[in-house]
Amino acid sequence: MSAHRIALIEAALRAALSPTELTVRDDSHLHAGHAGAQSGRGHFHVTLTSAAFVGLTPIARHRAVYAALGDLMDTDIHALSMRLQTP
Amino acid sequence: MDALERIKQQVTDNPVMLYMKGSPDFPQCGFSARTVGALKSCGVPFGYINIYEDEEVYRALPKFANWPTFPQLYVKGELIGGCDITLDLFQSGELQKMLEEASSQSQTN
Repeated sequence: MSAHRIALIEAALRAALSPTELTVRDDSHLHAGHAGAQSGRGHFHVTLTSAAFVGLTPIARHRAVYAALGDLMDTDIHALSMRLQTP
Repeated sequence: MDALERIKQQVTDNPVMLYMKGSPDFPQCGFSARTVGALKSCGVPFGYINIYEDEEVYRALPKFANWPTFPQLYVKGELIGGCDITLDLFQSGELQKMLEEASSQSQTN
C-alpha cells in the first residue's frame, strides 16, 4: 500500500512540476491511531525542487503541489508536509 | 448564517485566526500542535476554531481557501498557510512581525 501510494504521488508530481529533486516519504506510522488516520489515508512528506516554483510565494508553491496531486488528496493523502525549493 | 459566511466573519473579526484540530490547550493533531505552539510563542492574541466542533466549517473551509488540509492560519483575512509555512515564517522571525502588525492595526481601527 505504502509503496504504491508513494509511486502514485511521485508520478503525479513529476508529470505536473518536472522536479529536479523529488523525495516522498511515508510518515503514516508516526500517526497511527490518531483520529485523522482512521480514514485510511496516509501522512506523507515531500521534498521537491522545481523551476516551476521560481517567483511563487510559499502558499502558491503548496497550492501547486495540491493541484498536481488532485484526487489523491481525497483518496490517499490525509496530511502532507512539504519542503519546496527552487533549483 | 451558512458556513462560508461564518468563515468570512471569523477571519474578518479576528486579525489572527487559526482553524485547528482540537484547542490550543488540547490540540488533537501534531500539525495543529506545532502551529499553535508557534503562535503562542509570538505572544500575540489569536482566535481559533476547533474544526471538530463545527462540522460545516470543517467541510466548507477547504473549498473557501482552496487548501485541502488543516490547520489553516489566517492573518487579516488572508490564508497564510498550514503548519509548514507557519513554522518557516516563525523560524525566520517573520511570523512575529506579521502577527504584531495585524494585531496593532486591529486595535487602532
